[in-house]
Amino acid sequence: MNTSRFDAVFATLVLGAVILWFAPVGMGRYGTYVLSLWLVTAVAVMGLNLTLGVAGLKSLAQAAFMGIGAYATALLTTKAGIGWFPAFAISGALCFAVGLLLGFPALRVKAHYLAFVTLAFSTLVWLVLRNEQWLTGGVFGLSNIPRPVIFGIKTDNALPFHRFVVVVTLLLALVLWWLVRSPWGRAFLALRENPVRAASLGVNIRAYTLLAFAIGSAYAGFAGALYAPLVEFIDPSPFQLSASFFLLLMVVAGGSGYQLGPFVGALLGVVLPEWLRFTGGLYLIIFAAIVIGLLIACPQGVLGLLERGWAAVRRRPMGSNPPVKETA
Amino acid sequence: MAEFLAYLIAGLATGAIYALAAIGFTLVWQTSQTINFAQGEFVMLPAILILAAVKLAGLPVWAAAILGIAAFIALFGWGFKLVIVDPMIRHGVLPLAIATMALSIIMKEGAKDGFSAEAQRFPSLVPQETVSFLGISISLQHIAIIIVACLAIGALQWFVTRTKTGRQMQASAQNPNVALILGIPVAQMVMLTFLINAALAALASILISPIYLAKFSNGEVIGLFAFIAAIVGGFNQVRGALAGGLIVGVIDSLAAAYISTSYRLAVPLVLLVVIILIKPEGLFGRKEERGV
Repeated sequence: MNTSRFDAVFATLVLGAVILWFAPVGMGRYGTYVLSLWLVTAVAVMGLNLTLGVAGLKSLAQAAFMGIGAYATALLTTKAGIGWFPAFAISGALCFAVGLLLGFPALRVKAHYLAFVTLAFSTLVWLVLRNEQWLTGGVFGLSNIPRPVIFGIKTDNALPFHRFVVVVTLLLALVLWWLVRSPWGRAFLALRENPVRAASLGVNIRAYTLLAFAIGSAYAGFAGALYAPLVEFIDPSPFQLSASFFLLLMVVAGGSGYQLGPFVGALLGVVLPEWLRFTGGLYLIIFAAIVIGLLIACPQGVLGLLERGWAAVRRRPMGSNPPVKETA
Repeated sequence: MAEFLAYLIAGLATGAIYALAAIGFTLVWQTSQTINFAQGEFVMLPAILILAAVKLAGLPVWAAAILGIAAFIALFGWGFKLVIVDPMIRHGVLPLAIATMALSIIMKEGAKDGFSAEAQRFPSLVPQETVSFLGISISLQHIAIIIVACLAIGALQWFVTRTKTGRQMQASAQNPNVALILGIPVAQMVMLTFLINAALAALASILISPIYLAKFSNGEVIGLFAFIAAIVGGFNQVRGALAGGLIVGVIDSLAAAYISTSYRLAVPLVLLVVIILIKPEGLFGRKEERGV
């Protein structure tokens, strides 16, 4: 594998963070909010990218995990009076643990059963969020979620909170960047490319697929922990099954398996609708149609398309292979 | 007891509808490895198309029904196979499954924006009355649904096992390579299963919409129950999907009556997880061999 490409990823992440740190100056509250929402969504998509793009598993509960993280953070910071940082860690750990519990029975059987178990789980989470009013506030949701205070600096305004989101997103992206380059990451890739061969080479398939799914779910928990203080009010609707579908489409649109794919995918999913306001409600249809078109023309997504174009320009093959397509 | 029987019949009626959707789902899965996450929307849309033909084109109901169903089968049987499945299947099962999720969003949003965001009344084939039989009050609609669905599934079973085309279809599903060598037009057979799937979905749509009303978001629950039915019954069996549909329908109906209305949806979900834990190949399924 070509390490220089990964260094390019690292450089892009850091440079992107610097640009995003300054980007919203003069953009106004709403513009800043959309940028922050883009990054928060990208964190959830990053996790799903690990589950789907790197380990090849379909999880249909990413939005539900995000909901668990958001509600955990909201409850801990409002009702239990715990600070944001421990709440953030607990949210991630909780989703990691639930991911292990959920993935263990499903992956025992066959990878595509995970899709159905997570589908069921998504619906169960939504039912609990809606019905357990004493805890979650039911359809009325939870409000007045505080924004964190870092070293005595309040992040109540849009700009400081945005900068806070930029830093957290960068850190989470770098952890994942490191993870994928580590021996564990290589094992994840081996699993996706050829599970049977990976097993014969001594990779414990079940342990690694389970781990990939649990880490991916933990990222959704982290995203939820950022989402709750960003919107300051949460109700069950953004964590429905259709939201999980939508996150999955963002992974594919950006380029499943590419480290920067989640940012491109979330950009298409979160920021593009703002530019397509004039189409009214048709936005979702346009996005879904773009994804289908991409899947037909180039299943590696926008980044795969760019890479292909770049290779054609340079008239020589790339040093590293783009993610190999699935065969089942 | 009378109450219990009434719930049982209501459950069998909705279960028969889930079975129609689940059978289409397994047929398409068997012949083309397509996991259709838009199956619920496939059941939602025909009713919307029919209502649109009535309201927008001013057609009488019977003509709208014929037109709506024909358009649906052309678009989501033939068109679905040609435009989405064929170009995508060479990339593997995963992109195709994700494409069907994108399709489900398009269908749902299309029905909402193109027709209506409100639930619409849908004309019923039979009068909405109840009859008393041995002290049980039974809805005529439920009886009609069970009869129609059973006839349709019986006819399908007869077609698949007793006719030459049906056997060719089965052969194409079981071993496409050998079927091709034997001179079976495999591509046409696969297309046939997509047409049958669309027809079953359209039938399910007509049967369920008078009860649940026609609404763009109906597909979510119907699709969920169809998946559960298919897995509970056995992913690779038509009769398994039938049994799975009926079981899920009855459990749902009884759970709503005796356990909790707010958590009725949770009971079939728990059933799904239990089945995956103890009998992952489904109640009636065969174990699938695993290839390298």
